[in-house]
Amino acid sequence: MPKIITDVVCPYCGCLCDDLEVVIENNKIIETRSNCELGTKRFLDSDIPTRLKTPRIRVNGEFKEVSMDEAVQRAAEILVKAKRPLLYGWSSTECDAIKVGVELAEELGAVFDDTTSVCHGPTTLALQEVGISTCTLGDIKNRADLVIYWGCNPLQAHPRHLSRYTTFPRGFFRERGQENRTLVVVDVRKTDTAKLANHFLQVKPNYDYELISAFRLAIKGYKVPDFVGGIPREKIEEIAGIMKRSQFIAIFFGLGVTMSGAKNRTIDNILSLTRDLHKFTKCVIMPMRGHYNVTGFNEVSTWETGFPYAVDFSRGYPRYNPGETSTIDVLMRGEVDAALIVASDPIAHFPKEATKHLMSIPIVAIDSHESLTTEVASVVIPAAIAGIEVDGTAYRMDHVPIRLRKILEPPPGVLPDRQILARVLENVRRLKGEAQ
Amino acid sequence: MDTLKVILITGRTISQGTTREGKKKLREYLESTAICEFDPEDLGKLGIKEGEIVRIKTNDGTVVVRAKLSTQTPHPGIVFIPLGPWANEVIGSDTDSIGMPSFKSTPAEIEAAPHETILDALTLIRGRQATCQKS
Amino acid sequence: MKPLLIKNGYVYDPLNKINGEKVDIAVKDGKIVEESQINPLEAEVIDASNKVVMPGGIDIHTHIAGYAINAGRLYRPEDGHLLLEPRVSVRRSGSGYSVPSTFVTGYRYARMGYTMLCEPAMPPLLARHTHEELNDIPIVDTVAFTLLGNNWIVAQYLKKGEYEKCAAFVAWMLRATKGYCIKMVNPGGVEAWAWRSNVKDLNDPVPHFGITPAEFIHGLSIVNEMLRLPHSIHLHTNQLGVPGNFEITLGSFELTREVKANPIKGERKQSIHVTHAQFSSYGGDSWKTFESKAGAVAKYVNSNPHVTIDIGQVVPGETTTMTADGPLEYNLHSLNYLKWINHGIEIETGGGLVPFIYSRTSPVNSVQWATGLELALLIENPFQVYLSTDHPNAGPFIRYPKIISWLMSRRARESELQRLHAVTGKRSIIETINREYTLYEIAIVTRAGQAVALGISDIKGHLGVGADADIAVYDLDPNNLTSEGIEKAFSRALYTIKSGEIVVKDGEVVREGRGKRFWVNPKVNETLERTMLRDVRSTFAQYYTVTMANFPVQEAYVPLSSEIKIETTSIS
Repeated sequence: MPKIITDVVCPYCGCLCDDLEVVIENNKIIETRSNCELGTKRFLDSDIPTRLKTPRIRVNGEFKEVSMDEAVQRAAEILVKAKRPLLYGWSSTECDAIKVGVELAEELGAVFDDTTSVCHGPTTLALQEVGISTCTLGDIKNRADLVIYWGCNPLQAHPRHLSRYTTFPRGFFRERGQENRTLVVVDVRKTDTAKLANHFLQVKPNYDYELISAFRLAIKGYKVPDFVGGIPREKIEEIAGIMKRSQFIAIFFGLGVTMSGAKNRTIDNILSLTRDLHKFTKCVIMPMRGHYNVTGFNEVSTWETGFPYAVDFSRGYPRYNPGETSTIDVLMRGEVDAALIVASDPIAHFPKEATKHLMSIPIVAIDSHESLTTEVASVVIPAAIAGIEVDGTAYRMDHVPIRLRKILEPPPGVLPDRQILARVLENVRRLKGEAQ
Repeated sequence: MDTLKVILITGRTISQGTTREGKKKLREYLESTAICEFDPEDLGKLGIKEGEIVRIKTNDGTVVVRAKLSTQTPHPGIVFIPLGPWANEVIGSDTDSIGMPSFKSTPAEIEAAPHETILDALTLIRGRQATCQKS
Repeated sequence: MKPLLIKNGYVYDPLNKINGEKVDIAVKDGKIVEESQINPLEAEVIDASNKVVMPGGIDIHTHIAGYAINAGRLYRPEDGHLLLEPRVSVRRSGSGYSVPSTFVTGYRYARMGYTMLCEPAMPPLLARHTHEELNDIPIVDTVAFTLLGNNWIVAQYLKKGEYEKCAAFVAWMLRATKGYCIKMVNPGGVEAWAWRSNVKDLNDPVPHFGITPAEFIHGLSIVNEMLRLPHSIHLHTNQLGVPGNFEITLGSFELTREVKANPIKGERKQSIHVTHAQFSSYGGDSWKTFESKAGAVAKYVNSNPHVTIDIGQVVPGETTTMTADGPLEYNLHSLNYLKWINHGIEIETGGGLVPFIYSRTSPVNSVQWATGLELALLIENPFQVYLSTDHPNAGPFIRYPKIISWLMSRRARESELQRLHAVTGKRSIIETINREYTLYEIAIVTRAGQAVALGISDIKGHLGVGADADIAVYDLDPNNLTSEGIEKAFSRALYTIKSGEIVVKDGEVVREGRGKRFWVNPKVNETLERTMLRDVRSTFAQYYTVTMANFPVQEAYVPLSSEIKIETTSIS
């Protein structure tokens, strides 16, 4: 008899949609409703052949299946033996697991970092310089009459963003939905998102900083050059005029600006544009966070340690210095001699040289499915999927915390991340105690 | 044209996103992620058709992937490879002292490579492993 | 848990009228008991000879948990690096000076003998975040105040005069957020700020909703007493921080004069509590003519028992401002150009942050310093005025011992005054005030008074039989007081006892643990609730971005829950 579960929270992207319906029969997911393609696959693929079901340890180059006890013991040995372990990943698991991660990192004197390092790290650095004017997504749904997507393509990475939050929905003050709003897209390609825009600005690669500066000048009435980043002055002035006449501007930006050119300086500039616009009207800005709980990682890390990512516990207290204590850098300097990777696949997603350093050290991988990282790990521990088989908290891209639901039992013997990590921590403490 | 100079950007797509979880060793992942999306004008300049194999070279490396016609056009002079191990073959690890590598807007050169084979993800990774020491 | 016997100390327990007498305190199973209830041979004996014993400290208004404080930590790593604490023994590591991380927040308060804290700004949509952080603050009991003073649904009900439905909604909100009381910040003004505006005074209507701040304040005070909540409405006034705003403060006090306190428990008499009142006690009409009007505010408080305040005392130095008062924070940023965070929360509220330096060379900051102390010294009944800094807005909470020394010692005040701007004496009357607080009065303004105002004086804020065993022992001889000695003693308690366990010894945390979360659950008539829920359901369906089913804070977020049930089914 199929069962329909409502108000299910999707554990994929930063949209963290919580209005899904999931149809379950015999402890299997048959269908999801109100979901985008990315989220649907997440639910349906929770049970494919590459799902990890038993712990394994590498012995003489080959994987050998072992008990959970042996696996967590071996994991602890690797981490305790290391002088500078790295604990990385985290953005695709729930907050209670992250809290155990902080405790483990503190116990080990480890570097504690997540995908922010290679995603919106520059955004964090920028807002640590100039602050940020932002709001929750519902404020945008209800108030925004000008929506700008800069250097991001939600139709491919956050598919329901426009329909659930920003452009299409009817809001309290925008009763006619899209008709009450103007959509502007700035990108180097005419993306699917750009094709929906009222105004598309095809900026030249690496010219975002200049274009933002041009807007900051234009809104203050200064004359800008004939072309900035390939955009003609008339267009810049036209958009600046629309900005000043709007009642509530919402700007979203993504990896198009964090990963290129001036990186954090570009973000600094666009955050400053948002602030400058307050001389004329209301303006908010929001980074398009990729993973469903990358924001949650930043929140937990910040409240427990004082710092949002790239936290180094090697001195017994937390230190923060991205560029020094961030994952790619500690790997490239060859400092890390063991790694614990939780719910992430850095071997697939890090640049080549960084992955070589990662592959030269023992890796403990905790994940739900096989990945390129589990392929090269020394210890692999299967984990239950947060949001499907485990409850917990996740923070949406606008910092709204939503409780993930458990709608299915995990495969037999497969534990939540938080329990696995607690057992690793227990073993680490025991080994350290024995060493004394 | 033998060599096309372009700007390379990497990023997310739906099909990369739906094939990355637990499918990295599968054909689906290779087909969605070991690709390079071209503006039709650039395909024309290179003298190749969609589906043919190309070699992309940056200061940081070389990789062989399949050419695809982009749906996010126009963008002449820019090519797009989805985030993943193929893109990362040609992305440097320098973080400009802020922790973030330059995943986007890297200068690159592209050539047709009709006789090359695209490595599957696992082979690609093993290749890297062979060039580093395991402790 | 071993019983405790604290012997021979000079006890200051105002709720039981004990003023420095030598009284032995017996503790068993987390409670204060008659000495005959414990076996002295089994008990751990604390020799408190020549020491001061008080109930554990209570902070009625301190920003320690939730979205805003965490934004402060996140965007000020420089504040983190100012004061780092390593992991030692039972203590977790942490960082932060004005925006400390959660573990060290609990440790630092416990070291000062504090055992209960009130997080004053919990946006309902983000309540889960507040509770998650409170769960990570060690040792102390905590409550969180639910922000309702800019809420669309409250505004719509009050505008129509539908007090019963508003009460039903507030009851539902308090239960859904596991909140303790009705908190208002710049009522109406934060909604106006979403359109880059503000409210000018108590009668300035909010854009679109048409409700005035006066209607918000008066309406919610009536709702508060209909629901018989333990605490009164807790108000951050309109036009906070602006020269001349004292008139609005007096006007706000007036709005609830006829509203009779009717709590379900406790002894509170106030129908309004105005928080960090120093920021709301300004005269003049510009920064040039800025002056303290603490005298006028104190005069009103002295003749009106329906009002209580906490002072929000400025301490010179660097800190971080954070409030739900969005327009205020933008104005502060426009003054000092330091990095500014702005936030808006759909349907409900907003806020902002700006770092701030209270400078001794600034005439305005110097007069602000005087204003807070004047309030405390001119208000005659210490049960109507409490010590706070609106941490961290006027200064970090670790400065409380310094403030205590200013209250207790005229010389200590003069010594600070000499370092401040010369204009201070002309724009305030601080120089003329001779009053010095006694230890008994300090016990009221840092413990007993808060407990009464919060409606929790049955078990908190006193050392009589039946109270929770939350006790502080200070290394202070009442016969031999110096201002340096006072500051030192209150900085590091000799002992802090929480729920009957010694958690601090010789000024350092020796035991970890978690305190309780108090929250209120008022019940209303079922039919009324159903009618109200229909309105709420439609707001969720159309305007919120989370589903109504996912909105309430789940049980998992309050593992040590202490629910205060209020049966108020008389409301229909």
